[in-house]
Amino acid sequence: MGYKSFDEINEKIRAGKAVVVTADEIIDIVEEKGLKQAAKEIDVVTTATFGPMCSSGMFINFGHSDPPIRMGKVWLNDVPAYAGIAAVDAYIGATELSETKGMEYGGAHVIEDLISGKDIKLYAESYGTDCYPLKEITTYINKNNINQAFMFNPRNAYQNYNAATNSSEKILYTYMGTLLPQMGNITYSTSGQLSPLLNDPNYRTIGIGTRVFIGGAQGYVAWEGTQHNPEQNRGENGVPVGSSGTLALIGDIKKMDRRFIRAAVYEKYGISMFVGIGIPIPVLDEEILKYTTVRDSEIFTNIYDYSVQKRSRPVIKKVSYAELRSGSVEINGKIISTAPMSSLKKAREIAELLKQQIRTGEFLLTQPVSNIPRENRMSSLDVRGESNEKD
Amino acid sequence: MKKIKVSLIYPAGDVSKPITYHLVRDFNLVINILHADISLNKMGKLVLDIEGEEQDIENGLKFVEEQGIKYKLFTKTIIWQEDDCIHCGACTAVCPSNALSMDKSDWSLTFDREKCLICELCVKSCPLNVMCVSI
Ligand code: SF4
Ligand code: SF4
Repeated sequence: MGYKSFDEINEKIRAGKAVVVTADEIIDIVEEKGLKQAAKEIDVVTTATFGPMCSSGMFINFGHSDPPIRMGKVWLNDVPAYAGIAAVDAYIGATELSETKGMEYGGAHVIEDLISGKDIKLYAESYGTDCYPLKEITTYINKNNINQAFMFNPRNAYQNYNAATNSSEKILYTYMGTLLPQMGNITYSTSGQLSPLLNDPNYRTIGIGTRVFIGGAQGYVAWEGTQHNPEQNRGENGVPVGSSGTLALIGDIKKMDRRFIRAAVYEKYGISMFVGIGIPIPVLDEEILKYTTVRDSEIFTNIYDYSVQKRSRPVIKKVSYAELRSGSVEINGKIISTAPMSSLKKAREIAELLKQQIRTGEFLLTQPVSNIPRENRMSSLDVRGESNEKD
Repeated sequence: MKKIKVSLIYPAGDVSKPITYHLVRDFNLVINILHADISLNKMGKLVLDIEGEEQDIENGLKFVEEQGIKYKLFTKTIIWQEDDCIHCGACTAVCPSNALSMDKSDWSLTFDREKCLICELCVKSCPLNVMCVSI
């Protein structure tokens, strides 16, 4: 029955005839038309997310000075970057802190400032070599006078994530926001039914080489993300309950837009970066379409007690995103208010924008060159001696 | 007519005084309780909006003082720099008065200044530094 291919969908996109809808819109469409009919009519479903993603950063190549320098240590606006690569390459992580401003300013701010077109102070040191005699350099760079600046984010677009609360007596400052004592609040992330990997839970269309919207530019899935954990418990609908799959993403900083990349500071925790990601899902067959109709009421996650400072925290309750989105969750008879950490409003904006870009032929789909693994168990880090590894 | 925001600090043991009753009846003031943290025999705190003629407000506050209750006028206000807000909702997790909440239709942040207690909790909890205090 009328299965489509990537090529056929791209042909339609080029001809301006592709039918594209968002992952929010597809739910009602399928309900109204039925799966079979909708699979024939709809070509692409767009998904998106805009949340804090610590595991992000940027590779940058500065070009050579005269005389040249083999940069051994690099600082950008006083934020250390990793320069243990070639002479004028460096990587700056989003969460790295400024050596002068501390938690106020960090790698994510450097990236945001660079995207905004601001000048960034570059200071580098070297031991000096015969071919690279210079030992120190201080100068200013911006996105127009450097060679490459591309984001390489080892872990983005988490397929589902935990919700957080705090049963202790004191306030907790976490990457899940400020958690009030005695379970005073619950925070959660992900854009639920709009979220990329929740709409393609078995990674049938999203794989290595998938073209994505990242920070306003067109980028790609480079690999499975770090901590990729596809063997997480899944519901009957195949959707993981809690954090599972992840993606490593790559994209050109020079083409990004500050509207979709924002530096963030979490009180007493540190720096992170909001990354706007949109991923199109081609409707190749009915099964793929069915997965995109997933609703918030069918996506579950666990609320963990973040006051327990251990790797495995106790689960307080399993809840659906519909409950989390309702504004409160009941725990042991107490009504606790919930707050999102990722912006659904911005995620919707991205899904809509990606839809327009595909409709107008600006954004074509790519077929993955390889899948990301469906089997992969997460390891934990145990403290052990050199030779006593357990199985 | 004038409107002020004030917090009353009750010493322990004084919380049973019918202060708001007198403010309304004797001084002709319109009172709106924004926040109350009162338990018997403990120090209490009440945050009020008070509306009335300037002279009445002045007299009312003098009365409050005569009762041995300290008050503090709110001179600061909270400013939401809306243009820079990404509507993540992190600030709504800490706002005790629901002055900050998410509009469920489009998931944008709404700020109801009237409900704000100027507790400043949102200032630190906003990851983008979008909420700030003006003096
Ligand atoms: S936390 Fe800051 S950025 Fe997020 S919704 Fe509140 S004011 Fe806006
Ligand atoms: S200061 Fe901020 S957190 Fe406190 S009541 Fe006002 S808006 Fe809410």
